Amino acid sequence: MTEPPAADRPAAESAAGRGPLLVVDHAQKSFGAVRALIDGSIELYSGEAHALVGENGAGKSTVVKVLAGVHRSDAGRLLLEGVEVGFDNTAQSRAAGIAVIFQEPTLFPDLSVAENIFVGSQPTRAGRRIDRRRMRKDAVALFDQLGVKLDPDRPARGLSIADQQIVEIAKALSAAARVIVMDEPTAALTLSEVDRLFRVVDTLRAAGAAVMFVSHRLEEVFVLCQRVTVMRDGRHVLTQPIGELTSQSIIHAMVGRDLDALYPKTETARGEAVLKVERLTREGVFFDVSFEVHRGEIVALAGLVGAGRSEVARVIFGIDKSDAGSVEVNGMKLRSGSPTAAMAAGVALVPEDRRQQGLIMDLSIERNVALASLRRVRRFLLIPFGSERRFASDWATRLQLKYGRMSNAVSTLSGGNQQKAVLAKWLAREPSVLIVDEPTRGIDIGTKAEVHRLLSDLAAKGVAVLMISSELPEVLGMADRVIVLYEGSISGEFTRAEAGEHVIMHAATGLVGGAAA
Amino acid sequence: MSVTANHPGSAVPDVAGTRPRTQHVAELLFRFRELGIVLALLIVVGVTAAFNYRFVQETSLQQLLSGASIIVLLAIGETLVIVTRNVDLSVGSVLGLSAYLAGTMFVHHPTVPLPLVFLAGLGLGLVCGVVNGAIVTVARVPSLVVTLGTLYIIRGLDATWAGGNQVNAFDLPEGFNKIGYGTILGVPYLGVIAIVAVAIATYAMRTFRTGRDFYAIGSNPDAARLAGIPSGRRVFTTFALSGGIAGVAGVLWLSRFGSVDSTAGSGYEFQVIAAVVVGGVAIFGGSGTVLGAALGALLLNTIDSALVVVRLSSFWSQAMQGALLLAAITFDRLLALRLAPSLRTRRRPSDG
Repeated sequence: MTEPPAADRPAAESAAGRGPLLVVDHAQKSFGAVRALIDGSIELYSGEAHALVGENGAGKSTVVKVLAGVHRSDAGRLLLEGVEVGFDNTAQSRAAGIAVIFQEPTLFPDLSVAENIFVGSQPTRAGRRIDRRRMRKDAVALFDQLGVKLDPDRPARGLSIADQQIVEIAKALSAAARVIVMDEPTAALTLSEVDRLFRVVDTLRAAGAAVMFVSHRLEEVFVLCQRVTVMRDGRHVLTQPIGELTSQSIIHAMVGRDLDALYPKTETARGEAVLKVERLTREGVFFDVSFEVHRGEIVALAGLVGAGRSEVARVIFGIDKSDAGSVEVNGMKLRSGSPTAAMAAGVALVPEDRRQQGLIMDLSIERNVALASLRRVRRFLLIPFGSERRFASDWATRLQLKYGRMSNAVSTLSGGNQQKAVLAKWLAREPSVLIVDEPTRGIDIGTKAEVHRLLSDLAAKGVAVLMISSELPEVLGMADRVIVLYEGSISGEFTRAEAGEHVIMHAATGLVGGAAA
Repeated sequence: MSVTANHPGSAVPDVAGTRPRTQHVAELLFRFRELGIVLALLIVVGVTAAFNYRFVQETSLQQLLSGASIIVLLAIGETLVIVTRNVDLSVGSVLGLSAYLAGTMFVHHPTVPLPLVFLAGLGLGLVCGVVNGAIVTVARVPSLVVTLGTLYIIRGLDATWAGGNQVNAFDLPEGFNKIGYGTILGVPYLGVIAIVAVAIATYAMRTFRTGRDFYAIGSNPDAARLAGIPSGRRVFTTFALSGGIAGVAGVLWLSRFGSVDSTAGSGYEFQVIAAVVVGGVAIFGGSGTVLGAALGALLLNTIDSALVVVRLSSFWSQAMQGALLLAAITFDRLLALRLAPSLRTRRRPSDG
């Protein structure tokens, strides 16, 4: 723990006569027709923190999953201390000394926090009996090391995302791993928690571990890491010491194309307020959230994962009930907790998780698209043969959906086209308020630009768009106004002119007065 | 709930002062679910005894205990299976087939050693359990469907084999019948067997990694895979154990009832599942204890007997079982809802 402050550290002499601890060499992985990883390569040396950066869909998470033993690569090699290895399951990867902290926490809600940390490797006494007292003590020791106070006996159910992440980190620490992979570990953490995590990473490095750090936050990469590997579209782009790079050069390598084409936002006239959210509160989730979205406007709801953005959207749409405050659409108050009322008032929600919440994967494209508009399609109580198809193909054409046949299951579409199908489903209702949650997550860059153009067109036609996005470039490129949430409260609001990467990140991490930067 | 009821030694954080009292009570009830069942059991016994004091006489209590024992045994295996987010509907059929196998062994070889009969029952049960487990884990067919299938197949085998035959008490050696009615220090043998089995299973489920793996698998199957838990092997094990236990229970069933035909144990699967759920085992896995399930079985059986004492028809008995089942599930759900806000807001325990 007595490491010098991160910024003063000398850059790692990574190669220093020793071979790399872990090598991923030209790994490939396809899922059906989707080539998630075309050329994944990275070398990790003992004692270094190595950043892996890239846009969503660049293949970072696939590399992580290959290392974790979740997927086995189709081609390419994996070398641990020069010996070729391959993991068929996560147990093998763990046994080899690789600990992975996944982006989405993977806890057992019914088990206690201590049990979650030690699952599968509980300390035992004679007769292979679990030593509960020691397990509890070890858990407390790990939390002390991380500088947090978490009750090891409480069930993991109901933990905040940040606390879940802490438990995941404690899990990785407990394994005494040589290679520690962190997939966006800081996304949900507060600044002080991030600081603590960084100190832990430094301690681990000092002990000879290699840390692979997957992150979107370049500032953190500069503070924490010695080398950077950039990936784009499933391919390795570059690996360089951090000293030779700037934010600009990293972003350029990540994006690899002109940003303007990606964010075709047109200026639109702002009309009257359509969506009015006033002092909206859901206990324990978000508090006192007030804002307006006007006709023709795209308002971005920014903030870290777990800040309460999607939760606000869920309450506006009536999936969850509010505890206080109100939502008004076109001057009419919405009944709390009623999606039917929200839909009738002209609100549409395109959810974050399209596979679980947006689409019925085994159903055909036409039926998915027509699903929210059956009232328009039906004659009396029946749905005439072919009417769904006519209705759906009209919208499919407008959105340039690429499909085989309208009767194919929607699961046969690529990620980007699935997203278009969800959009079509809701646009078909011609909503006056459109809420999109992470509209371009996990879709390829080409389709991304199309989705952006679509949102821009909708705003131009007078729809009030509320966009939740974790991608800063998307927020900056598309939004007329940016509202930032931090731990369930609004911590900043910026116009398009005021908004910048720094002010938004400051507000999102709870540094009061985003304008300070 | 199993989570914290599983570490009784641990300190419950002192949060009573910071939160509404009712919430605190809700949390306690949630943690020590078994206490609630014991309480319900005492009330039922007390009320019935007020109607008829003979309900609490020694022989009557012995009857209650040995009567519940068979279902208690089946409930142990069923708990293991349900905790992993599966279900075993075939236990009644396995019990029936095993009971008939044991009876036939005695008819054809009156001098067959008792341990051999129990081994045969165990072996038969294991085979059935292994078949269930293999289809569920290898072919990845939902266990509800698999065990519904084997329920009918095994019952069909039983009916084909037994035909209209019946094995009667006089076909069975006296030493064997004694297992069904004998007592030791006033406790029926069957009760002793059930208590020992519950004690072992409860201890093992919270003390060995394999037991904790069962809970992990039921709590979050995807996370279990990521944590490197051999889910398939574990689920397979629970089915094999459930089958094996049902096999042994079949032999014990014969010793208690003295006669067996092809219908032995029909409908037991639902009694067992009802007992397990009333005992606080979550039907979608992840939580609940063997002790709770056993108490649930005892409670349902006691209510059954109590209704006879207060002279209500057996129709009421079934309706009561159903009502209790719904009450138990509703109770769990309400408690969970009551606790959800506190779990959402409670980030850290109070300092110190």
